[in-house]
Amino acid sequence: MNTTVSKLDELRTDAWSGGKSPFAVEYGKLMMWFFLLSDAFTFSAFLIYYGAQRFSKISWPDPDVVFQSIPGLADHGFPLVFVGIMTFILIMSSVTMVLAVEAGHRNSKKEVVWWMIATVIGGLMFLGCQALEWSHLHHEGYWWGSFPASYTGFDTVGALQFANLFFTITGFHGFHVFTGVVINIIILLMVLANVFQKSGSYLMVEKVGLYWHFVDLVWVFVFTFFYLV
Amino acid sequence: MSAENTTHNQHAVEHEGMTKKKIWQVFFYLLGITAVEFFIALYLLPRGIVGHGIGNFAYIVLTLVKAFYIVAYFMHLKFEKFALKTGITVSVVFIIYFIVLMLIEGNYQFIHMN
Repeated sequence: MNTTVSKLDELRTDAWSGGKSPFAVEYGKLMMWFFLLSDAFTFSAFLIYYGAQRFSKISWPDPDVVFQSIPGLADHGFPLVFVGIMTFILIMSSVTMVLAVEAGHRNSKKEVVWWMIATVIGGLMFLGCQALEWSHLHHEGYWWGSFPASYTGFDTVGALQFANLFFTITGFHGFHVFTGVVINIIILLMVLANVFQKSGSYLMVEKVGLYWHFVDLVWVFVFTFFYLV
Repeated sequence: MSAENTTHNQHAVEHEGMTKKKIWQVFFYLLGITAVEFFIALYLLPRGIVGHGIGNFAYIVLTLVKAFYIVAYFMHLKFEKFALKTGITVSVVFIIYFIVLMLIEGNYQFIHMN
């Protein structure tokens, strides 16, 4: 190397000196992170409004009373059991998704396919549970703009806001689960068609995985603020 | 990162971190934390062993711990570059600000409009 090169003319190769991404992630994956951040703001806005409403009302429906049935098995007396099953299903499908990503790193097509199928099944089971829960609450009298005539709480506006926000927020989350299942199926078909085998990278599985884990992450918060607190 | 980092090396770094064993370990952490939440909801609170204030505080802390495990390990953020980690996590400041803002507003409504 020529030792007369001045300090300024030396080639700089650190993360922020240009020519490469300082984040060292592929473009699509970075955009997925940006999208998820914006989606986190949307969900936060919903949940924070829910919190503000709950703070401002004198009484609010008791979750242990509202959510105490196991649709199809028992009408009352089992608080949190059904939502516990739903939470378990979603965490489980998050695990199968991350196992699919792990298999993708080893370029093992067969394993990716099976873990993706397991993830899709988990997503569908969650949606089925949510449909059962919604129809049960609907039969009890909860819906957008209505609550059961038997509601005994003092502040009926609180019950109304609870009903509106419950269906809006779990509905918005359920819509995310639904789109996640659809995207998972599309990626699964691409895996089966050897698209990633040919391109040599299963990065696309990782990207849809990020979305799927985000849906799980949102559920963790929805679960806490609707069913526990 | 060191100056010698080629594209190939960065690729290798990106893949480091999640083994099957680690994945199941995180799963059992999440399951365990959820079990603790159920223990609080179904045993401690109904028997009055802890008050609702403490219960809610515990729920929120446990939820944040779960969120950390999902984002750090399942979403792999712990193993990304410092710039990406910081960019994503610091943005949560806006959410915290909004929480404080809206809870103060809700409290104001509670005092003045009921």
